Amino acid sequence: MQAEEDTLEKDTYEVELEIKNSEGLHMRPAMMFVDAANRFESEINVSNGDTNVNGKSIMQISMLAATCGTKLKVTARGPDAREAVAALQKLVEEKHFDEPKPKKK
Amino acid sequence: MKLRDFVCFEATITELQASDRDGVIEELVASLDKAGKLRKGKSKDISREVIKRENEASTGLGKGVAVPHVKHKDVKQVVAVIGQTSAGIDFSALDKQPVYSVILLISPSEDPDKHLQAMEAVFKHLQKERFRKFLRQCSRKEQIEDLITEADEEPSW
Repeated sequence: MQAEEDTLEKDTYEVELEIKNSEGLHMRPAMMFVDAANRFESEINVSNGDTNVNGKSIMQISMLAATCGTKLKVTARGPDAREAVAALQKLVEEKHFDEPKPKKK
Repeated sequence: MKLRDFVCFEATITELQASDRDGVIEELVASLDKAGKLRKGKSKDISREVIKRENEASTGLGKGVAVPHVKHKDVKQVVAVIGQTSAGIDFSALDKQPVYSVILLISPSEDPDKHLQAMEAVFKHLQKERFRKFLRQCSRKEQIEDLITEADEEPSW
């Protein structure tokens, strides 16, 4: 139980992010994601419901097969968890990795 | 999608002849072409596109593996080929280390979702240290096919 108390002391933030660019989370955006995640000290986990991976590992992020419209749960745990989640949300949902969105829904 | 669904084992190269990145890409694309997996006369153009993509950002993600790839309009189905080199090739990898196992992947440009599913199948295996180690030790085409079949079938692998 000691371990659980330790994690509780840290800040945890969680957000659901939708992939908006039409090509999905292919290698280039995956690298942008990992680069952004690595700027933070917090642990970052990403889940697509089936697979739960380390948000700082490019190989693991490439296992998510996150197509356009996929929703990913991003959990950050650590001293800068809030900032990490905000930065990733901006990258994925606002900037959609500087890539085009689908032409029409 | 499983790795063996789209890897062309007939085109596997267990010891690449080329000694540089672009040469390795050309050799693997030519091998796919020889196996009849590419549209006639498209091999040069596909190599060029893969190299162009590789120049934008290295697909050498570290740990001795690289996954050069491109989405191409002349390809109807995802196809991949595996090449190995005991000498190690400079792929400008993220960890600056040489690459020993290359999985080259070509996906149809009109189906980005298929490309992502293929990449998932590739990295599900490649992210495991044991798989990378075993792959590197394979010296015959059949060993590579057996390894991939086993890893595909066994979730706990």
